[in-house]
Amino acid sequence: MSRIIKLIVLGVIVLIAMMAMNYARDVAYMVHAGLVMVIAIGLFLFTASQDAAQPALDPHPETEYFDSVVRAGVIATAFWGVVGFLVGVVIAFQLAFPALNFEFLQGYGNFGRLRPLHTSAVIFAFGGNALIATSFYVVQRTSAARLWGKGLGWFVFWGYQLFIVLAATGYLMGGTQSKEYAEPEWYIDLWLTVVWVAYLAVFLGTIIKRKERHIYVANWFYLAFIVTVAMLHVVNNMTVPVSVWGSKSVIVWSGVQDAMTQWWYGHNAVGFFLTAGFLGMMYYFIPKQADRPVYSYKLSIVHFWSLIFIYIWAGPHHLHYTALPDWASTLGMVFSIILWMPSWGGMINGLMTLSGAWDKLRTDPVIRMMVISVGFYGMSTFEGPMMSIRAVNSLSHYTDWTIGHVHSGALGWNGMITFGALYFLVPVLWKRERLYSLQMVSWHFWLATIGIVLYAASMWVTGIMEGLMWREVDQYGFLVNSFADTVGAKFPMYVVRALGGVLYLTGGIIMCYNLWMTVKAAPAKDASLAAPVPAE
Amino acid sequence: MEEYTFLRQFADSWMLLALFLFFIGVVIWVFRPGSNTTYRDTASIPLRNSDKPLSPKEASDEHA
Repeated sequence: MSRIIKLIVLGVIVLIAMMAMNYARDVAYMVHAGLVMVIAIGLFLFTASQDAAQPALDPHPETEYFDSVVRAGVIATAFWGVVGFLVGVVIAFQLAFPALNFEFLQGYGNFGRLRPLHTSAVIFAFGGNALIATSFYVVQRTSAARLWGKGLGWFVFWGYQLFIVLAATGYLMGGTQSKEYAEPEWYIDLWLTVVWVAYLAVFLGTIIKRKERHIYVANWFYLAFIVTVAMLHVVNNMTVPVSVWGSKSVIVWSGVQDAMTQWWYGHNAVGFFLTAGFLGMMYYFIPKQADRPVYSYKLSIVHFWSLIFIYIWAGPHHLHYTALPDWASTLGMVFSIILWMPSWGGMINGLMTLSGAWDKLRTDPVIRMMVISVGFYGMSTFEGPMMSIRAVNSLSHYTDWTIGHVHSGALGWNGMITFGALYFLVPVLWKRERLYSLQMVSWHFWLATIGIVLYAASMWVTGIMEGLMWREVDQYGFLVNSFADTVGAKFPMYVVRALGGVLYLTGGIIMCYNLWMTVKAAPAKDASLAAPVPAE
Repeated sequence: MEEYTFLRQFADSWMLLALFLFFIGVVIWVFRPGSNTTYRDTASIPLRNSDKPLSPKEASDEHA
């Protein structure tokens, strides 16, 4: 019976997608309607060919963890990571050498279209998949219960991949609402909302049916990430489509309210997507890899509440010296500076988890990766509040310093903790005794670290230089430099930055090879070792 | 009163106080007597149940 309903729904979707293709007002919308149609036809045929009889074995036994979806998430994370880094390297070289913006790609594949593709690919495709996969893994282990919702986890995974593909292809064809980190147009936003509600249900459902009495702190961070991103996404994407048959939409906020809403969203995307969610990873995988509980559980609770209470106010620091009232930007600045405390409290908590086991830094390159990621977290959460101070911001804003800051956080903190989690997860999920090669992990570690250092250092130099050149006036008060002068002066640093990106990308490719060989060639875990060891 | 003015006044008076008290309350709650034992147990959650979920019986044993 449910199969019939499924087929009817899929048939209706195919029909609507066909109509949408026919009436489409722009290319992006038409291509997306075609894509949805093809997927729906595929699902229709698949469902129709399935045997109507119930399978003999329960596909979702309560006595086992739901790990197949986590395995898929690990693969997707590694894949989108390399894609996102590669696009980043390409656009870095396009900035250094404008001739790489080819004539035949004009309007589709050059810097302007590839730049949002890069940011979304690394934040939402790489980071998002890492968060979904690890949260599914962590919530099951720390709740001692199978993921809630039977196959709903698969819907979250595949629905999120569809969101990524729609968003990425949309940017190339010009389907964008031009909001930083919120570029996808209205129908993609609606689809993400559906997927996200399912994600929340799966996560919360698992927590509710947990067998442990307490909710481990990592789950608090993951839950804050899921709930807050839902709120941010809905409020920042309050748009009215011009036509249901086209991708263009108009936001209901106007003027400075729109700017404020955008950066309330934008900064909390950093605070809750790239910080709270990844802190969830930190609070599980560092204790796990170090094989000892977190340094101070009390500190972790204070860390959680102070982080979420303070972060939400920091957004206005993106709008210094604009039409935003001074009191609002001062508020943002003050809260950004207060953020130093929870950020560094969290960093200390992560690092001190290794106290008494510092020797592991010498012997275990995976823990080294996790520790340097926490180090970069500390560094970028020091730099960020400093840049939010109005006087500093007047120099740093609109320069490459901002780009350097973002990348020391994203490559250092988000990237490295994700790599650490992937190195932990692959042997566990594929039941291997160990990783294929620890030496390759070391190579990855050093390539990535040197890559970040080149990236951040060159962007500091070029950013501060650019800021100083912009404000330089001669004795009569005339500006000394034209914009083109700054562009010319930045060339060497742009080359260094691109080379840093190449190192980071190379590290990522080595990781993929290493993980692949772990699955293919590393010795399988001995069955006798797989037997549960009693908790101590 | 105009809606904006009302919300503005409410936000920087009663709501501010409520959020502040909640936050202070959490910090005090964390340091309540007996919290050490509870947190020692909670902090070690990641170090158990790695391979399979607890069955209902095991779970009730653990809480007993």
